[in-house]
Formats: sequence, structure tokens, C-alpha cells
Amino acid sequence: MSYQLSLAPEAEQYILQQLEADFPNEGCGFFYGTEENEGQLRHVLLAEAVINSKEGDQRRRFEISPLDYMKAERKALELGLNLLGIYHSHPNHPAIPSIHDLKQAVPYFSYIILSVQEGRAAELTSWRLNEERREFEAEEVKRNNLEALAKRELI
Amino acid sequence: MATVIIPTPLRKFTDQQASVKLDAETVQAAIDRLIELYPVLAQHLLDKEGQVRAFVRIFLEDEDILALDGPNTALKSDSTLSIIPAIAGGIDL
Repeated sequence: MSYQLSLAPEAEQYILQQLEADFPNEGCGFFYGTEENEGQLRHVLLAEAVINSKEGDQRRRFEISPLDYMKAERKALELGLNLLGIYHSHPNHPAIPSIHDLKQAVPYFSYIILSVQEGRAAELTSWRLNEERREFEAEEVKRNNLEALAKRELI
Repeated sequence: MATVIIPTPLRKFTDQQASVKLDAETVQAAIDRLIELYPVLAQHLLDKEGQVRAFVRIFLEDEDILALDGPNTALKSDSTLSIIPAIAGGIDL
């Protein structure tokens, strides 16, 4: 089964800008949207930053507080959208899930990872946990925002 | 009846219900009742000893039950419990 994640341009722009601003720390947030084909295809319509509540070295760790998680669930219900997943950055590291990411991964959610190299957004990937094999599967990120990226000289 | 808010990742085990209403006087009773209703939830909520997993937090209204009386925390008829997965990650060095 192959998963696809389609990003609305505004949502992607929001994520890139926030995570660049958070550099050299890891930034994080939630995203909301809709699903098709029993969740195989997801449309991300809205992204929203949350505070990295990790105490300690935020350059290589992020954590989201339970209260912020509760707020995100409430917001999804209010908006009538699904809480689809979590995004975070890997400062000066590739957009590949770490062992730590895998250990902490929750089923169902999509995990967007953005590599931020010296403060500039680089590769963006998305992943979903395969519960049986306890490993991440890559989601195909749909690039319907080439224009937006071009404006920011990212391509 | 108390209300238990089910987090999005676990809704596939609750017939897509975002919340479940049940009769329970304590947090532990609510969890037990929830698992009676949806047995598959057990493997996601509890460890081998039957305790709530370390990666799962239970909040009564806006308070962690660990800061109250833990599983013995009393519920009122209009209490709202939230099941919250711990969300974290980061790079390996």
C-alpha cells in the first residue's frame, strides 16, 4: 500500500517559514486536513505551530506538551478536519526519521520532516508508521506548489 | 456519565468514535470499561502488567491524573478524560 500526502501551498509555506525561523532548534507543529481512499491519500489544508516543550537540547529534540496535544484534537473537531499528523525539523540533518523518531512514533499519524540546512529549508519528506513491522514507510509528498517554492528560490 | 476523549490515532479501534460516554467512578474503572467496550484498545493503552503505557498520558479535564490520585482519581458524572499519546522525536547524533 502506498501513501500520498498532498500539501496545500499555504500550509507548506507556513511550515517552511516556521521551521527556518526556529533554526538552529527543532521546531514542530500539527497539521489538519481530509482523507481519501481509507486514508491512503491525505490532503493537508492547515498547519499550526506548537511550542517545542523539550527541556534540554532543542537542537536535536522536540516534544509537544499534553495540553497542546489536547488543544490540537479540540481544534480538529471544531474545524471538522482530521488531525493528520505532526511536523518537525531536523536542523543540519537529513529529512530521514531517526531511531528516536521511530521509538516515539504513534500509529496513524503522518510525520512530516523538514531538513533545515543553516537556516534554509531543504528537503521535505513525510512518513507513516507501519505498526506490524515497526518501521516508517515513506509517503509520496505531492508537489502542487512549485510556484510557491520558486518564489522563495528553493528550487 | 463520564466522557472519554479518544485521540485520533486510536479511533480506528473505537468505530471512529471521537468520544465515548460511560459510567465509572474512577479513572481505572473508566479505562476498564473502555477496554471492555473496545478490547483491541488494550494493546495500545496498557503494558504487559496492565498499567497505562509510559507513552500514554491520561488527563482529567486539564490535569494529568499522575498529579491527582493516578488511576484511583475519582470521576464525577460530567468528568471528561482525555487519552493523550506522548509526541516527541528528534535527530540522532
